[in-house]
Amino acid sequence: MQKLAECVELGKINKTSPFPPQMKGQNGADELTKEALETGLSADQVLAALVEGMGIIGDKFSAGKVYVPNMLMAAKAMSAAMMHLKPYFSSGEVKRKGIFVIGTVFGDLHDIGKNLVAMTVEGAGWEVIDLGADVKSDKFIETIEKHPDCVVGLSALLTTTMGNMETVVKEIKAKYPDKAIIVGGAPLTQEFSDKIGASGYSSNPQGAVKLINTLVE
Amino acid sequence: MKYDKLAINTPEGLMFGNALYPVITRRGLVIGGGSVIPELNFTLPTISINTQTLPVIGEHYRSIISDAIEHARHMHAPGVIFEFETLLEMTQTPAIGIELVKIMNEVCEDNYQKHGFKSEIRLTPNDLREFDRPPLCRSSSYLEAMWELFDKGSLAGGDLLSIESTGGKEIHDDALMMCDIKASVFALSVLGVRDMKMLWSNIVAIAKKNNKIAAGDTACGFGNTAMVLAEKGYIPKIFAAIVRIITVVRTLVAIEEGAVGPDKDCGYEGPFLKAITGTPISMEGKTSACAHFSPLGNIAACCADLWSNESVQNIKLLSGMAPTVYLEQLEYDARLMNQALKSGKATALMLQQLFADSDKSLDPQAIILAPENVIAISEEIVKGENYIDASVRAALKGLDIIENAYRSGQLLLPEMEIVWIDILRQALTEIPTDESRFVEEMLPLLEGKFIPKEYGL
Repeated sequence: MQKLAECVELGKINKTSPFPPQMKGQNGADELTKEALETGLSADQVLAALVEGMGIIGDKFSAGKVYVPNMLMAAKAMSAAMMHLKPYFSSGEVKRKGIFVIGTVFGDLHDIGKNLVAMTVEGAGWEVIDLGADVKSDKFIETIEKHPDCVVGLSALLTTTMGNMETVVKEIKAKYPDKAIIVGGAPLTQEFSDKIGASGYSSNPQGAVKLINTLVE
Repeated sequence: MKYDKLAINTPEGLMFGNALYPVITRRGLVIGGGSVIPELNFTLPTISINTQTLPVIGEHYRSIISDAIEHARHMHAPGVIFEFETLLEMTQTPAIGIELVKIMNEVCEDNYQKHGFKSEIRLTPNDLREFDRPPLCRSSSYLEAMWELFDKGSLAGGDLLSIESTGGKEIHDDALMMCDIKASVFALSVLGVRDMKMLWSNIVAIAKKNNKIAAGDTACGFGNTAMVLAEKGYIPKIFAAIVRIITVVRTLVAIEEGAVGPDKDCGYEGPFLKAITGTPISMEGKTSACAHFSPLGNIAACCADLWSNESVQNIKLLSGMAPTVYLEQLEYDARLMNQALKSGKATALMLQQLFADSDKSLDPQAIILAPENVIAISEEIVKGENYIDASVRAALKGLDIIENAYRSGQLLLPEMEIVWIDILRQALTEIPTDESRFVEEMLPLLEGKFIPKEYGL
């Protein structure tokens, strides 16, 4: 499982992937996950190893020791491994931590930060539904209706779309008063988050993970 | 490619305040004619934008211009350019944008008539095509609103026409996240270039029809996104520096299509454009910290003909409204540069050198902007057989400059950046410079992410 965690951490997707150079020709997360399940290890144990690998790379990223491409490769390695766990999720044998619905609010097209949060949250064991950018309230509400226990994440990068974020929170809360909603984006502050009735604010992807984990405990 | 030799081939020739082909505005401001002019950029505080709130919004813009001109006159500033970067709703409903231009122009004209104070408005509509993903660059219904704002907005007083166009961005965002220089070159030097040709042939036609100035573009959504990601430590600074170099080739197309400058303030590729074409440029440096941080606070001034603050909200600070505060800062900077120019060539060169030397050893994005390096990189661009070749040549030159500076102790680079020199060099040398071959290679990798026919492919 240590080797599997390492593959995820270093972004080794499968045997044929050239990255990272030092693991060329070795089995990757894809092969090792399949092997682990075939040798009788539980899906929970496998998932724990994957999350551990993502956690290590996530911490390195937060500490400024690796760049986003390293995170993305790790996420790709995790995705390759997760394909083998799909049947276990479908049967309910393995549970994700929860469902996280994320989107950039209407009027705003910025999505790089939002994508990073989505990727980090998924790596932390959540199922992520990414609604994209320029997302209106009704799209969020429609998704909440399908996944009533989800946590919602809203992103905005412009001071002029912060108002739209307030509108989205208001409209979600009108229908789902207890819905957990976290917010993020460069112009945002904790003060703004409190003002608009959001459950919390984070300035970085790892902080978002910690926040939503707290919200479901 | 239209340019096969440099218009300016010495660092002195790139001096701030001086362009080979100055631009004269309607009210007589001479951009690049021997002095630096402030360019004030502003935006609204958090507020809904619609026809109901238009009176309140109009008052914001009216007072921004009025207060700024009053203070500029108090400081004995010779003139100001005001950049009106529209917010989405102002382009989506052109009538809103046009009305706001009219309001601001009335203030400018009133001050010109009463006091002889020269000011001009740069009108920068949004590139709404981004709302479609993948974008419909040529067939988008959003283009109608954009053209209407350019056309009627220019007639309402938006004399300098600009845009932060986004053709190719749908590929480039992912390229940044993966630090994929090949995809970056494709996005900018194949897709971006084609989109710029379409866009700017139209903008230039509107400007000519209305006797206005087709000013220029910026690769803000490409180069500055890279810069901001690098500032946050998300991607290597070397990568951001090389992306910046590649953006030059794309933004150059506006001028090839007839734009005359000044290009947009957030286009840090400006100095390269000035070297290649001799057109005046707008730059932003330390005074853009209100909008974003950068490693280029001083060096950005080296070649600036307009000196800008990027964008500041119309909110009250202790001394006054924020746009007026920034007007003062810009005017002081311009005054210093203009005094250096008045004091003679040696003094101006000394100041230019100080701008460059104070930043260039601290970041690869800065060292490529040192005037001597701008010339060296621009020389590679004009040798290019086509846009891709120009980009690759220039990018490789940029890597050489960065590596030589690092190895000779003249550039500080974190350890984790060093490996990227070879990674990028290898990747760049593998890019086919034949466009058909490059497109053929990239299409399977980018399926569904862009629409080839929307770029004329």
